[in-house]
Amino acid sequence: MTTSIPREVDLGALPALPRDKEGPVFNAPWEAQAFAMTLSLHARGVFTWREWADALAAELAAAAARGEPDDGTHYYEHWLAALEHLVGAKKLIPSEELERRADEWDAAARATPHGKPVELPRGP
Amino acid sequence: MSDYDHHHDGEHDRPLSGPALRVKALESLLIEKGLVDPKALDELIDTYETKIGPRNGARVVARAWTDPAYKQRLLADATAAIAEFGFIGRQGEDMVVLENTPEIRNMVVCTLCSCYPWPVLGLPPVWYKAAPYRARAVIDPRGVLNELGNEVPEDVEVRVWDSTAELRYLVLPERPAGTEDWSEAQLAEIVTRDAMIGVANVTLPARSPK
Repeated sequence: MTTSIPREVDLGALPALPRDKEGPVFNAPWEAQAFAMTLSLHARGVFTWREWADALAAELAAAAARGEPDDGTHYYEHWLAALEHLVGAKKLIPSEELERRADEWDAAARATPHGKPVELPRGP
Repeated sequence: MSDYDHHHDGEHDRPLSGPALRVKALESLLIEKGLVDPKALDELIDTYETKIGPRNGARVVARAWTDPAYKQRLLADATAAIAEFGFIGRQGEDMVVLENTPEIRNMVVCTLCSCYPWPVLGLPPVWYKAAPYRARAVIDPRGVLNELGNEVPEDVEVRVWDSTAELRYLVLPERPAGTEDWSEAQLAEIVTRDAMIGVANVTLPARSPK
């Protein structure tokens, strides 16, 4: 595996990223997926790293203001919220569309009998 | 197909709940709009497989091969035995270890989504999450194993285990012959992710470790 974090990405610019000396650490696959989507969108020039760091910092600050414990266990939930806001602010995906899609996946997963893969119904 | 026993207790109550559901929604929209390339995402994620990767599981297997008392604890209560290493899932799901023998081969799938014992195996490989494996593993396990280069003799029973959000499986592969004098650390190096999913045997490398 030769892929590495793009050089221009300064992970050190992020507030309190859960990491060790080898890089970021994740507690679940979805955390790594959210992380990878962010790096990928940045690499396409969808947002600058500064914009991203600011968006994430704003989510973390909002969580602290709500009195949530800052022990790192919810870090990637805030990361995901920042990503959702940023793709909305950049008019890539309106939040209503995101909500609708999440509901569709949820409904598809619930309606799928165990033993069958979850698939979304074909669109028009 | 009598090979398939549907071994599981719980159901996937909310298989795509919370943030995992939102990540799925966001990812599928970004891919459809051509804003992210699924291959690039997989590559980035692969990078981190080495991080929370299958090395944890390999250490568990190597200890079970070298320490009979540990193996007994592992088969009796895998969650507790694995926790001895400090490998603990945040979701609190229960682990079950399935022992391969000359007569029985175990193979793990998650037919509904991609439940996977990530504290010991890291992130699931792309094929594990793909619909063909999820759908075919239960219908034609021998065919799938054949395609993966792992032909199972007719007299060996194949058991397919369907993971759930509450119950995750780890296969304890057979220790290869010729490793009797190997140390636990040497053994851990030859245990592969695929062997712990149950789609491959552990084989000796062309060159033995030093």
